[in-house]
Amino acid sequence: MATDTTIALAVPGLRAAPNEVGQAYWGNVRRRVYRDKVTVGVILILCAIVLMSIAAPLVTAHDPAQGSVFKRLKPPGFPGHWLGTDEVGRDLWTRMVYGGRLSLLCGVVPVFLALTIGGTLGVVAGFAGSIVNTVIMRSMDVLYAFPSILLAIAICGMLGAGLRNTILALTVTFIPPIVRISESVTTQVRGLDFVEAARASGGSALSVLRHHVVNNVLGPILVYATSLISVCIILSAGLSFLGLGVTPPNPEWGLMLNSLRSALWVNPVIAALPGVMIFVTSMCFNLMSDGLRQAMDVRL
Amino acid sequence: MWRYALRRLGYAVPILIGVSIVVFALIKMAPGDAADLLIPPETPKEVAAQIRAKLGLDKPMHVQYAVWLGRMVRGDLGISIVTNEPVAASLLNALGNTLMLAVPAAVLGFALGTILGALAAFNHGTILDRVFSAAAITGVSLPHYWVGIVLVAIFAVTLNALPAQGMGPGGIPRTWEQVRHLILPVFTLSLIPMGVVSRLVRANVLEIIGQEFVGALRAKGLLDRRVLVHVMKNASPSVMALMGLQLGYLLGGSILVETVFNWPGSGGLMNLAIFRRDVPVLSATILTIAALFVLINIAVDVLQAAVDPRIRR
Repeated sequence: MATDTTIALAVPGLRAAPNEVGQAYWGNVRRRVYRDKVTVGVILILCAIVLMSIAAPLVTAHDPAQGSVFKRLKPPGFPGHWLGTDEVGRDLWTRMVYGGRLSLLCGVVPVFLALTIGGTLGVVAGFAGSIVNTVIMRSMDVLYAFPSILLAIAICGMLGAGLRNTILALTVTFIPPIVRISESVTTQVRGLDFVEAARASGGSALSVLRHHVVNNVLGPILVYATSLISVCIILSAGLSFLGLGVTPPNPEWGLMLNSLRSALWVNPVIAALPGVMIFVTSMCFNLMSDGLRQAMDVRL
Repeated sequence: MWRYALRRLGYAVPILIGVSIVVFALIKMAPGDAADLLIPPETPKEVAAQIRAKLGLDKPMHVQYAVWLGRMVRGDLGISIVTNEPVAASLLNALGNTLMLAVPAAVLGFALGTILGALAAFNHGTILDRVFSAAAITGVSLPHYWVGIVLVAIFAVTLNALPAQGMGPGGIPRTWEQVRHLILPVFTLSLIPMGVVSRLVRANVLEIIGQEFVGALRAKGLLDRRVLVHVMKNASPSVMALMGLQLGYLLGGSILVETVFNWPGSGGLMNLAIFRRDVPVLSATILTIAALFVLINIAVDVLQAAVDPRIRR
């Protein structure tokens, strides 16, 4: 397909002064991240969101599953429920805090799995070349033929809703782009002089791969993966919004948007509120990825 | 040029076969098959076996696949198990409705994205650049189905200015009433392509402006807007590739926006099929959209080669 023309890359460390490699490179990256106020800010916000959803019982006094028929769809500012209540009278703030658990899980786990599987496949394809490369890359082309959301919907729609199928569907969706990036990065690193030197001085394929290739390709792949988390959060919430992801009555941001849809005409503010969390989280992951990309001097 | 186009089409054949294998595998992995829905649980075993044999479900997998693929290629997409209507007819109708959203959304998103990205790049480092870049990153981070909900809450519920759902009278939009139904969903759909395209245009233009030939063009005394033409032409190949992908995402990804606006397109069709467990409709829709996506990408590749002779090799 046509996408591979857009990928250009700078191997991390090569742009810095020649003696600044290894430790010094990561030290530089850390210093550059610290200096970037936006990146530090979004990382702090993300930490806050993660901590809040883990320590949800400490943040709110309500039970996320406990509703009340008498207090349905109350607006924000209602006594006892500062963000109001949902269509069965459950505290909205509580549902949003608890919802972070599943939403973040569905946003991070598939990317992590895809990174492990796709990264390995891509590095192997790029390093081995020839027939191995052809087999791996052509099979990825097949998965690439599906627009990403369609592939996730196809898998979830055919196999049925639920947390397990959501994670499976999103993992399969994110493997092809990660394979493609890691293959192209690895191919470029493989052609560099120090890899050739390592092989010429008698390093086995495996040790060259471990000491010289993996170290140099991990940065760009990781940066790319962090940008996928943002997409993954939007997609997984989208699947739940369609009723294909997490099943009710579990609190999850996309599912809350779905069940509150009918309340849109009664209380539009309440119906739209859960989306704020999806937006803020995905925005923060995007900004963090941009910041890391700049600090690590990676171009994808 | 034509040889390049033919070669690209040749590459598509194995990919399309691979796509059909994936869809067929998903059909087979889905819990329950066509016979399970037709056969009541109290049916005697022999009768059930007869029905299975009649549907060809007792044959080996590769035979079933070949029969299924043969039907699909001939355009016989099967019969809906819920409505008993041929899938092809309802799919064609739904795809038309989806295109009615996707094409204006693509035009709007690509045009705005290109303009914003180029403006940001040409004013690199100024406030304008920062504002446009912030708008672009917001565009890619927004869950578009949520934007749809917010827009309905503002324009339909609160202001009562635009319709919240459906496509009104239907058909090719001619009247104001039909256009009114398009405004919110088209705007919602155009956000992602706008954000993605403007980010790539900005990056590409920034890179090209720094190249020597641009300096040479300026030194030659060329007007700024003539320089702009050269820069944009050089930035276009990868932007076009991205636009092709985005158009495909609009076709496949419109399911979320179509659900928000109850739009009777291919996404709405899929959504309905998922909940009725209507496997023929679902699989045929997925297969058709994936095939369209492959064809769009080939068209883009050929267009790219037309702009940039280096690609033809």
